[in-house]
Amino acid sequence: MQIVVIDYGMSNLGSIGNALSECGAENVIIANDPKELKSATHIILPGVGSFKDGMDNLVKFGFKDAIRDAALVDKVPILGICLGMQLMADKGYEGGEVDGLGLISGVVDKLKPVNKQEKIPHVGWNEIYCKQKNPIFEGIPDGTDFYFVHSYHFIPKKKSNILSETPYCGNFVSSIVSDNIYGTQFHPEKSQRPGFQLLRNFIKL
Amino acid sequence: MLKTRIIPTLLWKNVGLVKGIGFDSWRRVGSLLPAIRVYNTRQVDELILVDITATDEHRSPDFETVNEISCECFVPFTVGGGIKSTQDIKELLRCGADKVAINSAAFKSPQLISEGAQIFGSQCIVASIDAKKNSRGKYECYSNSGKKNEHIEVGEWAKKLEELGAGEILITSIEQDGTMKGYDTNLIRTITKVVSIPVIASGGAGNYEDMYKAIEKGKASAVAAASIFHYTQQTPMEAKEYLATKNVPVRITKISQDDHSSDRGLVLGLF
Repeated sequence: MQIVVIDYGMSNLGSIGNALSECGAENVIIANDPKELKSATHIILPGVGSFKDGMDNLVKFGFKDAIRDAALVDKVPILGICLGMQLMADKGYEGGEVDGLGLISGVVDKLKPVNKQEKIPHVGWNEIYCKQKNPIFEGIPDGTDFYFVHSYHFIPKKKSNILSETPYCGNFVSSIVSDNIYGTQFHPEKSQRPGFQLLRNFIKL
Repeated sequence: MLKTRIIPTLLWKNVGLVKGIGFDSWRRVGSLLPAIRVYNTRQVDELILVDITATDEHRSPDFETVNEISCECFVPFTVGGGIKSTQDIKELLRCGADKVAINSAAFKSPQLISEGAQIFGSQCIVASIDAKKNSRGKYECYSNSGKKNEHIEVGEWAKKLEELGAGEILITSIEQDGTMKGYDTNLIRTITKVVSIPVIASGGAGNYEDMYKAIEKGKASAVAAASIFHYTQQTPMEAKEYLATKNVPVRITKISQDDHSSDRGLVLGLF
């Protein structure tokens, strides 16, 4: 097992590394060199920040093509978290229109409240409801709370890529899937027990 | 449904955990890391950690301590104190903070909020306001741990901070802080009336009913509290159970059946 956490200057890597160790992961590598993706059995793409800065950094560090190869050609299980999930889209609209990694077809746009009680950013704990059965949610019942902190959301083109939805702003997509490619808008590494369960499920893939 | 958050606040001074009354009479109540370890295993929704002397001592945030905290902390946390530049924000986020709280520096350089929001996203920029009522009954903003009157009315400043791109507002009543006599719900409502971003109420919680009032009357999205958890037998988990009986949406994880009695007066209990 070789879990590679991508370091492109956009995230707090410590808490992900620690959460993975708590989940029993061995060989966790924090990588800032795209070459290190070659030996990965699992890849995690974390991220905090704006879409534009995130993409700029992935390109600058040379990760864009390396991630696409690993995910689409070598079919390595990859998990994008928060901004990391959003960057998997075709396009994002935070900081202007920007091309994403194009791993799962869709766009990233700002959340739109449907009533006055809904504030943006969406910060705190909210429920997830699965739209399809998937091993990554093994042992995690519908209605479990996960931790979110975001203003933008992923709008997939195909319904089949929707893994879960969350009741806010008219049910936004809180996780996505396409074969070996996964993304969660919530932070499993900050979601305590259910979050660790999800990470354990991921490293078992 | 999005849950109302219960957020213990930990104030630190030279790695010691402290708590004051009315932003004064600081008393050492424990050490930071042991407190975090206890909160880790409990169902707190977030933590707020503030280095209360960084700005006064013209220091940068204590990155090393934040790094140590993040290695131990599996609860989402916000770090405040001494943040003066986007480089400071970047460094804190890299050290593991999920959000940063900015207070004093925003008065001197409001662009810190806008630039921070632009680079890192609004969601991780918490604008913190410390307020006190003046003789005419208006709430005014204070910086430097309540020492400097900025002569700006809180509603006006809160609106400005939202325009600049702040993702949340943490509002603390200087007069109520540490008294455990209840939040200043008028102050909280003054802010929630004029902004559409989440507002975290702080200063004065003495019991669970105080929290309910801050949510119900003040319309706060989250309640922060310190003394109640340091000095009394009350716990974040019980606070949630109480709020749930009042139909406030809270996160109660059913998987965990742990006895949570040991986080009562948790910090003092360590000695």
